[in-house]
Amino acid sequence: MTKLNTYRSGPDERGHFGIYGGRFVAETLMPLILEVEKAYREARADPAFEGEMRQQLKQYVGRPNPLYYAERLTEHLGGAKIYFKREELNHTGAHKINNCIGQILLARRMGKTRIIAETGAGQHGVATATVCALYNMPCVIYMGETDIARQAPNVFRMKLLGAEVRAVTSGAKTLKDAMNEALRDWVTNVADTFYIIGTAAGPHPYPTIVRDFQSVIGDEVRTQMQELEGRLPDSLVACVGGGSNAIGLFHPFLDEPTVQMIGVEAAGRGIEKGPLDHAASINGGRPGVLHGNRTYLLQDEDGQILEGHSISAGLDYPGIGPEHSWLHDVGRVEYASATDQDALDAFQLCARTEGIIPALESAHGLAEVIKRAPKLPKDHLMVLCLSGRGDKDIFSVAKHLGVEL
Amino acid sequence: MSADPLSSGRIARRFAALKAEGRAGLITFVTAGDPDPATSRAVLHGLPAAGADLIELGMPFTDPMADGPAIQASSLRALHAGMTVRKTLELVRGFREGDADTPIILMGYYNPIYAYGVDRFLADARDAGVDGLIVVDLPPEEDEELCIPAVKAGVSFVRLTTPTTDETRMPVVMKNTSGFVYYVSIAGITGTASAANTAIDAAVERLKRHTDLPVAVGFGIKTPAQAADVARIADAAVVGSAIVTRLADGLDGSGTVRPGTVEDVLGFVRELAEGVRAARG
Repeated sequence: MTKLNTYRSGPDERGHFGIYGGRFVAETLMPLILEVEKAYREARADPAFEGEMRQQLKQYVGRPNPLYYAERLTEHLGGAKIYFKREELNHTGAHKINNCIGQILLARRMGKTRIIAETGAGQHGVATATVCALYNMPCVIYMGETDIARQAPNVFRMKLLGAEVRAVTSGAKTLKDAMNEALRDWVTNVADTFYIIGTAAGPHPYPTIVRDFQSVIGDEVRTQMQELEGRLPDSLVACVGGGSNAIGLFHPFLDEPTVQMIGVEAAGRGIEKGPLDHAASINGGRPGVLHGNRTYLLQDEDGQILEGHSISAGLDYPGIGPEHSWLHDVGRVEYASATDQDALDAFQLCARTEGIIPALESAHGLAEVIKRAPKLPKDHLMVLCLSGRGDKDIFSVAKHLGVEL
Repeated sequence: MSADPLSSGRIARRFAALKAEGRAGLITFVTAGDPDPATSRAVLHGLPAAGADLIELGMPFTDPMADGPAIQASSLRALHAGMTVRKTLELVRGFREGDADTPIILMGYYNPIYAYGVDRFLADARDAGVDGLIVVDLPPEEDEELCIPAVKAGVSFVRLTTPTTDETRMPVVMKNTSGFVYYVSIAGITGTASAANTAIDAAVERLKRHTDLPVAVGFGIKTPAQAADVARIADAAVVGSAIVTRLADGLDGSGTVRPGTVEDVLGFVRELAEGVRAARG
């Protein structure tokens, strides 16, 4: 692979990470996309914007969250020294809120008065509904009918927070269709509406915006590891659906050649079973264009988008953020995968050894840690992004374990 | 314009003929392969005689982000019946055997074209008798992807302009557009709201200051009377969702086409055409 001087300079001014990214949207949205880009640039240069964001991340979200030494798991695996970045301790129980705080401040700055968002598992929907309650803005969440049925607690949470949850009945009725429907809403309500995209994908500048707002994860890890161990970590592991927690953890370290990074895709029932049985866009898909960007996608020969499968509704998306596609192609980040069963095993092990019930999404990352750590020396510092807590998943896990609740 | 190979093509000839007749054109949209290959072929072949002056043929896609429920459903019906890019091009080739003059514009989303391969797609499309492309998710910012190669290959790239395309952006949008300009009369998706005639009037006038190309207006035109209203203002009226809905109405509960559906759809197109033709009379 070609060695680059920096892996942190992207995207270019047209939103490209290598051949990935871009702005593949209808003309109706283009002027607005350009306006978002301009407003974002100005916001980042404004100390008042940064100040308010930092304040909210501290007082409302509860940052910084700990970088926690998982001692019992480390002993159990008998190799690398394992740390968890505790994103699950954030308000709302996942990393999603980091991005939502940033984007709603941007929306307010742009004078927008209505918020829309898409959600799959419901975590991003809950985080969006939360910040909308906080800032008293009307909020419409698009969610596939299939997901509404399997994520009932989060649907209720969103409603409690004052959001309107609109069931999406088009297409396969899951996350990708929710995103289509949110884009349709946005095209229809361009003047007053801001679309809070939840993952590091979509048209430029969204992949950059989400990455930047999530980079607080990696920035904190860097500082905390310095305090705890006096040096950089050796490896970073995170699950990847669209890839927002992973890019947030990785990005601050991309130019540190000694830091190895592994993104973990959802292999579902097994990548070898074909694209309807997994959600591993990089390991089991190929480049294409969807939802405003070019990236690795699950698709058939004719370029029709396929529905992925994963036990985790948050990883169940047929695409991945464009920067991940590029980091894969240039070889800077390794993209592994974990099956539903790997994730279930990791989920249970984590609960028993650390007293932490992780989100099924995060359990995919943990499954990779379980595979790697035993083969590594004891002075190898490995960080897992524990992106969310698993309370929302106990029903589906119970079902898979054959337990009646 | 005279050096442009596209200016002598079917689209230019058809708009020149319409101008000579002193009337606007009717552009009809149907989805290729909807609801099944045979019905789709029968509708397509019948459109010119029913009064369609130009034809937009939808290339079905699983995720049509700019389309409303009617066209989404038509895409899924077509895909379910096995439609592909290759079969869409075959459909055009079959049409061309019996009609050398009616322009065909393929309308769709980029990914199926990208998956097929841009160069191969353009060569095959041209060869099949395709005159132009409308690709919803390729704004001018992505012109290098398909627009510029298409124009080089002799296939027009018809651009959408919208109520949100402001004065500063207009030249950007017009720069590489060819064939005609498609004015999307509402900020929204296909087949939903309709724009006020006064708003369309002002928009067409504004567009005419920026281009010499014909201006077609679409989105939200559902009746012969609405088509006639647009035909008084623009060079062509585009009707899509209303035709596709008429076709869907001809399906029974199991998705099978009831007898007489093709005739009914073409009868509706005839009413639209009569509206358009009488508009300036």
